[in-house]
Amino acid sequence: MAEVILSGVTKRFGATTAVDDMSMTIADGAFTVLLGPTGAGKTTTLRLIAGLEQPDGGDIRIAGRSVTGETPAERNVAMVFQQYSLYPHMTVRENLSFPLRSPMLRTPAPEIARKVGEVAEVLRIAHKLDNKATALSGGEMQRVSIGRALVRNPAIYLMDEPLSSLDAKLRSDLRVELKRIQASLGATMLYVTHDQIEAMTMATEVGVLDEGRLVQTGSPREIYENPVSLYVAGRLGLPRINALPAGLFPGAPSGAATIGLRPEHIGHGEGQSSRVVRVEHLGDQTRLHLELEGHDIVTLTDVHTTLAPGDTVAIAPRNPLYFDAAGTRIQAARI
Amino acid sequence: MAEIVIRNLRKEFGNFTAVQSSSFTIEDGEFFMLLGPSGCGKTTTLRMIAGLELPTSGEIYIGGEEVGQMPASKRDIAFVFQMFALYPHMNVRRNISYPLASQGMPKAQRREKVAEVARILGIEGILDRPVSGLSGGDRQRVALGRAIVREPKCFLMDEPLGALDAEFRERMAEELRALHDRMGATTVYVTHDQLEAMQMGDKIVVMNHGVVEQFGAPQDIYDWPASMFVAEFIGSPPMNFLRFGGTVETGASRVDLGGSSLEVPMVRQGASGDLVFGVRPEHVRLVDGADYRGEIVATEYLGTTQIVTLATGHGELKARVASDQPARVGETVGLSFNGQTVTLFDAASGRALPTALNEGVLANG
Repeated sequence: MAEVILSGVTKRFGATTAVDDMSMTIADGAFTVLLGPTGAGKTTTLRLIAGLEQPDGGDIRIAGRSVTGETPAERNVAMVFQQYSLYPHMTVRENLSFPLRSPMLRTPAPEIARKVGEVAEVLRIAHKLDNKATALSGGEMQRVSIGRALVRNPAIYLMDEPLSSLDAKLRSDLRVELKRIQASLGATMLYVTHDQIEAMTMATEVGVLDEGRLVQTGSPREIYENPVSLYVAGRLGLPRINALPAGLFPGAPSGAATIGLRPEHIGHGEGQSSRVVRVEHLGDQTRLHLELEGHDIVTLTDVHTTLAPGDTVAIAPRNPLYFDAAGTRIQAARI
Repeated sequence: MAEIVIRNLRKEFGNFTAVQSSSFTIEDGEFFMLLGPSGCGKTTTLRMIAGLELPTSGEIYIGGEEVGQMPASKRDIAFVFQMFALYPHMNVRRNISYPLASQGMPKAQRREKVAEVARILGIEGILDRPVSGLSGGDRQRVALGRAIVREPKCFLMDEPLGALDAEFRERMAEELRALHDRMGATTVYVTHDQLEAMQMGDKIVVMNHGVVEQFGAPQDIYDWPASMFVAEFIGSPPMNFLRFGGTVETGASRVDLGGSSLEVPMVRQGASGDLVFGVRPEHVRLVDGADYRGEIVATEYLGTTQIVTLATGHGELKARVASDQPARVGETVGLSFNGQTVTLFDAASGRALPTALNEGVLANG
């Protein structure tokens, strides 16, 4: 495993700048997640590191050496795609051994058998090794395609939304699994997704992308608690942060245009009175949809609340975040 | 608008029974969810209410009238499909007014109606646009407009948001619910997404293998599931099942799990054999002193809360706790459960044991 460093990497497609002057370090053994909506440049970044795209500017270093002149094979990276592509005519064992049989690697047969056995154990597919790839469920196929990356000993694993085509239950199982595998192997991982749950639960470090620019990096907790901008604040947290005019509540610092209130950062019982529009029982939490001077606000309340539409609730900010007119966080203003 | 009563409804396709003897009541003005995994019979049930399938037996009442064997056109319902089918050669206005035109409504009145519907849906600005250039959301709004404009007795919707991406879906779900709150029209909505059902529904029917597993208010179903299937299908992460063997006497308010005595709501009807102690993740706490122990296997940060996965003597368990509570993988910790939220199940039948707290909900169906 190795450290990967991007410095000033830019990639354009015609008039569109897909990746804009990106600099980041993926530390050896880190589980880094790039988070952003469709079109933010996540996949392009992965493809640039893998060597499937050439950058228009900047440098990419893997384990200390610049790789921009190298072919994908020379870079020694392993990529897992969103759509698992297994060799349908091969068994699981053959699929897993395939990368090791590459003439470049020349792995001896007993070594291949040992590696495949090990990875199958980790991914809990040992009992399916002699099944045809086509006889597997969707979740098993995706595990095999992850396994095909794991049998190698690459500098970095690159994963492009590998869980997005799976159903919710399997996705949540594999999230825990992937994190366990990464930690037990000490692997360096760059994982891209638009799913904030994946980013928060798996990453040691999250990079938030906005139209090709890396706007913030940090641990999930840092990003959640201390976002640099309104954009970042809106990427993490469900229900989403309430963005309201700063003047709606007293105490806004000068220059503040927007007050950002996470649903759990709204105190009930004192402050401005707002009207209950809707009470949403989700089981483990109950969301209150409130209206205050024409603005919609979502907050959380007691699961078995007796509040009903039309009722009045007094609300006041707790630990609000303030942003200026451009959406940049006003840091000093934490109350 | 109307009440819909489903009584002993059954549908067979050859040897396959898609729906077995379902009974439930949809009250006037309710937003009603038919929830279940694919193949559970929810869409077949909806299609029978619509008149697109005829029941093998049983009755369907819409507004007091038995319509089970009546053709769809006589039932005065509006159906919104997952794939919003619009007439591609017509503009938005003509798409929406089409059902009125075919009823023979005069033009001036039609214009007025369409304008009103467009205002409700917030699409006044695109009335004269062709439908081909519209975004997915606008197309869905136009499809809704065409359903609303007729003022039918009820709306039937078959996963209308299924084809949309997650972020947009959340917004449309809120929009649909707000629309319903303004119009108060009886709506029957089919979905496989438990969160969508919880979020939008006044009432939920949970179906599995053609059988109604439970019927009631979302929070009641979440708190007091009638079966292990419901407990697992609703909630994310789902309810934890700690499996144990033994006997629970009628009147008991504690059970014994591997030597630990745990509080449960007072049992109304005892059972013995393979039993299950069901507890939701948010009702599990990590407490140093507790004598029921588990080893932390994984933690998942979720902002203000985290999910802690533990290995216990009775299976894997997930706890939802505050994210500032320390939890290190590999550590063994004590676990305490909020006994007043526990559901006990008989493992063989999968049914919940009646207790002092859930009997009211279970009596509902």
